[in-house]
Amino acid sequence: MSGPSDYQPSNPALQWIERRLPILGLMHSSFVVYPTPRNLNYWWTFGAILSFMLGIQILTGVILAMHYTPHADLAFKSVELLVRDVNYGWLLRNMHAVGASMFFVAVYVHMLRGLYYGSYKEPREVLWILGVIIYLLMMATGFMGYVLPWGQMSFWGATVITNLFSAIPYVGESIVTLLWGGYSVGNPTLNRFFSLHYLLPFLIAGVVVLHVWALHVSGQNNPDGVEPKTEKDTVPFTPHATIKDMFGVSCFMLLYAWFIFYMPNYLGDADNYIPANPGVTPPHIVPEWYYLPFYAILRSIPNKLAGVIGMFSAIIILCFLPWLDAARTKSSKYRPLAKQFFWIFVAVCILLGYLGAQPPEGIYVIAGRVLTFCYFAYFLIVLPLLSRIEKPRPVPNSISDAVLAKTGSRSTPMVSSAIVLALAGALFAGSADSARASEGSDKPPGNKWSFAGPFGKYDRGALQRGLKVYKEVCANCHGLSYVAFRNLAEAGGPGYSVAQAAAFASDYKVKDGPNDAGDMFERAGRPADYFPSPFPNEQAARAANGGAAPPDLSLITKARSYGRGFPMFIVDFFTQYQEQGPDYVSALLQGFEDKAPEGVTLPEGSYYNKYFPGHAIKMPKPLSDGQVTYDDGSPTTIAQYSKDVTTFLMWTAEPHMEARKRLGFQVFIFLIIFAGLMYFTKKKVWADSH
Amino acid sequence: MNPDASTIAAGAPIEVDLSPVAEGQDIKVFWRGKPIYISHRTKKQIDEARAVNVASLPDPQSDEARVKSGHEQWLVVIGICTHLGCIPIAHEGNYDGFFCPCHGSQYDSSGRIRQGPAPANLPVPPYQFVSDTKIQIG
Repeated sequence: MSGPSDYQPSNPALQWIERRLPILGLMHSSFVVYPTPRNLNYWWTFGAILSFMLGIQILTGVILAMHYTPHADLAFKSVELLVRDVNYGWLLRNMHAVGASMFFVAVYVHMLRGLYYGSYKEPREVLWILGVIIYLLMMATGFMGYVLPWGQMSFWGATVITNLFSAIPYVGESIVTLLWGGYSVGNPTLNRFFSLHYLLPFLIAGVVVLHVWALHVSGQNNPDGVEPKTEKDTVPFTPHATIKDMFGVSCFMLLYAWFIFYMPNYLGDADNYIPANPGVTPPHIVPEWYYLPFYAILRSIPNKLAGVIGMFSAIIILCFLPWLDAARTKSSKYRPLAKQFFWIFVAVCILLGYLGAQPPEGIYVIAGRVLTFCYFAYFLIVLPLLSRIEKPRPVPNSISDAVLAKTGSRSTPMVSSAIVLALAGALFAGSADSARASEGSDKPPGNKWSFAGPFGKYDRGALQRGLKVYKEVCANCHGLSYVAFRNLAEAGGPGYSVAQAAAFASDYKVKDGPNDAGDMFERAGRPADYFPSPFPNEQAARAANGGAAPPDLSLITKARSYGRGFPMFIVDFFTQYQEQGPDYVSALLQGFEDKAPEGVTLPEGSYYNKYFPGHAIKMPKPLSDGQVTYDDGSPTTIAQYSKDVTTFLMWTAEPHMEARKRLGFQVFIFLIIFAGLMYFTKKKVWADSH
Repeated sequence: MNPDASTIAAGAPIEVDLSPVAEGQDIKVFWRGKPIYISHRTKKQIDEARAVNVASLPDPQSDEARVKSGHEQWLVVIGICTHLGCIPIAHEGNYDGFFCPCHGSQYDSSGRIRQGPAPANLPVPPYQFVSDTKIQIG
């Protein structure tokens, strides 16, 4: 991409191809001999990281699509069965879902890098604008991908976001109808989102090619913001940049693997493990963390149309950045004021993200307005003004001068910025769940679970006892529809033999048919059957239980959560605390009180529960001491029952957890060794260049 | 990309029997995939809705214009918040009407916006009384 190549392959077959299609020469000139500034720091490896992530997303996405069913009635179930039954389906899904978040982590670093070092300035305007287009496409893709599992947050996120377009005067309503393909978000919406979600990544890949092309025409910017002048200022892309990028990617993969194997649900929302229900709105609708700053801008403007315009212009304004900032010095390294304002801007974005996850009331609204003003002021007031009044420090004559003049003091801003960015990630990530922090109920006490932590395993005894409690107590009202009898004999489960699972299944009566006469009939259960639900449909369940349908328990420990609040959610990232759901379920089972406290009136047919949001629960106290007999001598107390049944329900929600953590450990060992090798290879390759 | 024929056909008018809905109760039915609230309003709710100075409302509309005359006790509205499409909860909020949990919009007992970011009142779907206890929506 940087002019005609004089590359000549030595192999005659390759020569034959090269004469007809000079693709090897193109590769050679773009990725081997391409001159790259020798003073690039690690923030420049994020381009390679992003290409890697795009590849991962497309690869895992294509395989996931082979198992997914884009239908409103089947989508949620197909995703669940994919995770349970497809070989390494859990890994594919985690890689893809976490991958989306990691993709945005990397893109935000990449964009802020461009902002800090002035990479959008002449002659790289088109390069920058192509980047903004990629970012917009990524947002659309990410949003539509989030809709596909068809959980509660998928459905309501889709409703809220598609309704944004209804704010457009005159044509808004028609646009929304076109997006929906009906009168509301429904099956046609899911179908078109699936189609577009499959299409857009390939558009992104296309624009990425343009982006790289534009980059290779104008050349890379660098931390000193002076263009390379002589041969001494650059090093060849291979091996220098290649090996450095490999090291960057392997470090990034460590973070990625941390989420995939140890905290796959940390960045998600528990509500998305509840199937979509058009009749119930979740109490807080929060988008994925990477949209939160823009969501905060939308909500802080009281007028609907103005809010939508504000949100979109917050992104579009980036396209005009090359002309808003007219300063001649590129790098903020030599711009003392711009540097300060840059970090203030980063803080503003982080805080906006935090506010986006908070309920829109009181102080949050006012803070949101102030920060929205700051966000736009940075682009419209600060940058244009700075380019007129700021006196930049002298810029080195050339890159090699800058490299020679390098001293130890230069590394300080790197460290401080790394700290700010780490904090940013943590704050963003956890802010989603802090939205549900205070629902007016007590926080469940923490428990010691055998399955917690990086080496956690299910306690087989607890799983077997929990199954008994479920069968004798919970199963009277609650289904377990994603769990099959055969699962009881699978590795990482309660540890029954295949024969035991078959015997267990044969105790159940399962409806089958129609037979040759066209009648439905009942037969004994087989290992392949799923646990039968106590009620034929949701309406029957509702009618039999005073209007509140008992939820299916297959996913309950992942579908329930409680806010950990600041700063606990940051601590949770390091301690791998993932057990909000089990803590809540176990607390709920023990949280019944015979009499409501003074001043609390319960609606008819409700019971008081200390941990249930709103305290009025329709389920009567389900467990009492001695209710279920245990054969292994474990105490037959409510506390023990709760613990056992919660362990069992954690297994039903995540039957492959042991495999996940085991594989995670192996992957970590590999990645650490790999990253180490890359680091020392990189040091060797760069030994003469520093 | 517009709705296909089966979707349009499924959006045909529906009939709803009102006789089981007691005073002060409300029911939610689905029409065209949208929840429709049918409230049997109490005398107090009607009086509150009519006592308001119409000109002071964000989206001025009198209660009389939002219900069918002779059937003042029945309020029929599409239960979709005009802000961003969430479903408001009936019998909540400060105005004896609806409260949207997403962004805090509050509607009164006539389904009119009183507080919060929503720009307009809850829309009244096309409907008519087939008999005293039965309505046809659509």
